[in-house]
Amino acid sequence: MSPALQFDAARLAATARALRVRIIRMIANAGSGHPGGSLSAIDVITYLYFHRMRTRPAEPGWKDRDRFVLSKGHCAPALYAALACAGYFPDATLDTLREIGSPLQGHPDMRKTPGVDMTTGSLGQGFACAAGIALGGKLQGRDFRTYAMLGDGECQEGVVWEAAMAAAHYRLDNLIAIVDNNGCQTDGYTRDILAIEPICEKWRAFGWQVSRINGHDFGAIHKAVERAQVRDGRPHAIIADTVKGKGLRAMENNPKWHGLPPTAEEAELFAAELAGELR
Amino acid sequence: MIVAQPNREMYGRTLVELGEQDARIVVLEADIAKSTNTFQFQRRFPERFFEIGVAEMNMVCMAAGLAATGFVPFASTFCVFASMRACEGIRTSIAYPKLNVKIVATNAGVEIAGDGATHQGIEDLAIMRAIPNLTVLSPSDPVTTRRAVLAMARTEGPFYMRLGRQAAKVLHAEETPFEVGRMIRLREGRDVTLIATGNMVEQALTAAEILSSLKVEARVLDCHTIKPIDVAAIVAAARETGAIVTAEDHNIVGGLGGAVCEVVAEHAPTIVRRVGVADVFPGSGRDYRRLLEHYDLDAANIVLSAREALHSCHAVVS
Repeated sequence: MSPALQFDAARLAATARALRVRIIRMIANAGSGHPGGSLSAIDVITYLYFHRMRTRPAEPGWKDRDRFVLSKGHCAPALYAALACAGYFPDATLDTLREIGSPLQGHPDMRKTPGVDMTTGSLGQGFACAAGIALGGKLQGRDFRTYAMLGDGECQEGVVWEAAMAAAHYRLDNLIAIVDNNGCQTDGYTRDILAIEPICEKWRAFGWQVSRINGHDFGAIHKAVERAQVRDGRPHAIIADTVKGKGLRAMENNPKWHGLPPTAEEAELFAAELAGELR
Repeated sequence: MIVAQPNREMYGRTLVELGEQDARIVVLEADIAKSTNTFQFQRRFPERFFEIGVAEMNMVCMAAGLAATGFVPFASTFCVFASMRACEGIRTSIAYPKLNVKIVATNAGVEIAGDGATHQGIEDLAIMRAIPNLTVLSPSDPVTTRRAVLAMARTEGPFYMRLGRQAAKVLHAEETPFEVGRMIRLREGRDVTLIATGNMVEQALTAAEILSSLKVEARVLDCHTIKPIDVAAIVAAARETGAIVTAEDHNIVGGLGGAVCEVVAEHAPTIVRRVGVADVFPGSGRDYRRLLEHYDLDAANIVLSAREALHSCHAVVS
């Protein structure tokens, strides 16, 4: 999308709503997947793909494109929905998610899916790879930005902090980490499993410029990502406080929906709820 | 002219040679540049050298990211850390997406001596060999080390290369043809075949001389590529000579010996004896040659294994 595009929160909200429906249907269809974290992440992903990032869907390998690394790779359905909507591949491909031979693997695969900038799925690795991409961009003197989205549970991985340290050391101010801080992980609430707070202080102590926002407020996302364009030698972390399962009353803040697919019937009810019919 | 030196030194030299020719070559290091010899590249090309600190998993993942932007990263650390601490990064972020990263693991095997079991990587060939898409190299001498480094740089795709710590004699003529995946025949013989890798190739050559004095003529193959393994050379050895002895400074489980046994069992059943670390954690030693002897990683044990192999194969025949 063009960076010159006028910021339009209502348009982005409408796109995100449509992508939420697509995510739910895709996961129900596949019979497995991670709906909760896909729904918490989709507003930020929508903002990036439909307002912020310089990309060319018809030329996914364009060297100057902005990169997006979904380090919390299990939320691939959110990325796939955005990529299809942006025109990287046909919408119908989404119905093949997790099927034998599908370009849409359970976790993002840069060799199989047009638009996927890095293969991810083993938590922490994608973020470290993103630091490598940002370093490569700097070395080549290219002006692209690298956005990496991490989960809050993912911040428990040691390699996240190894990479955070290296990014600050190498002054990767072209790297923007966004923590989708939805408060839940597979076994329960993050605060009970292994608390990550105070998370802003951690990133700051590692040499990052940090902001904390409501990750479902497009105005706040816009402001934070805009601020993160500044290149003053420090990498940028945005802690996006989100709601797991955002948009569906039954799913919101319920760790049960971390890795549980909705049934076909549930999917239709959820789609109707998202469409506003049950409000 | 190439002279005897640790293979890791030749690696460092060749990196500089590559750096002169190709601006895409970048080097990542995890705080042991003097040991891995990447300091040579660091001196010449400081702007293309990245010290990642004591963080091997991050190093290999950042190398993957650099490869994704078009660079040709060489990432080095000790064999134990490369193959185990950073293993999953190599698997998932490099081998699976077929990124053009070259992992060079130095100070492999028992021969590092003094540091003991924590630093004696004897599992890496088995582990790396089990990862799809990864080519696994283990050259024996400075000539083949140089050729292996050049081959890695010009071949797109993920590589893992293992190098020892100690000085390595020159075993190959500089013009010897070197091809990834093809063993080099260093000596011809019809009675038994010795297939060795890394520092054990020199031991195998010594063993072949001893065997010759005992009227046993050994073929000696330098297996510098553990994966893809040279099936044709192994099958030919099985068919044309009486038995096979493998030799590696590595656990006998899953490395060169394992790879050869797989091929032999499927294509040409033959007696195989494996010389290697006997599935134990080794330990420290002040003198590495004595330590290698202590763990039976020497020419004497290769000779013994060859004679046992021939004896048992005659027993099978009669």
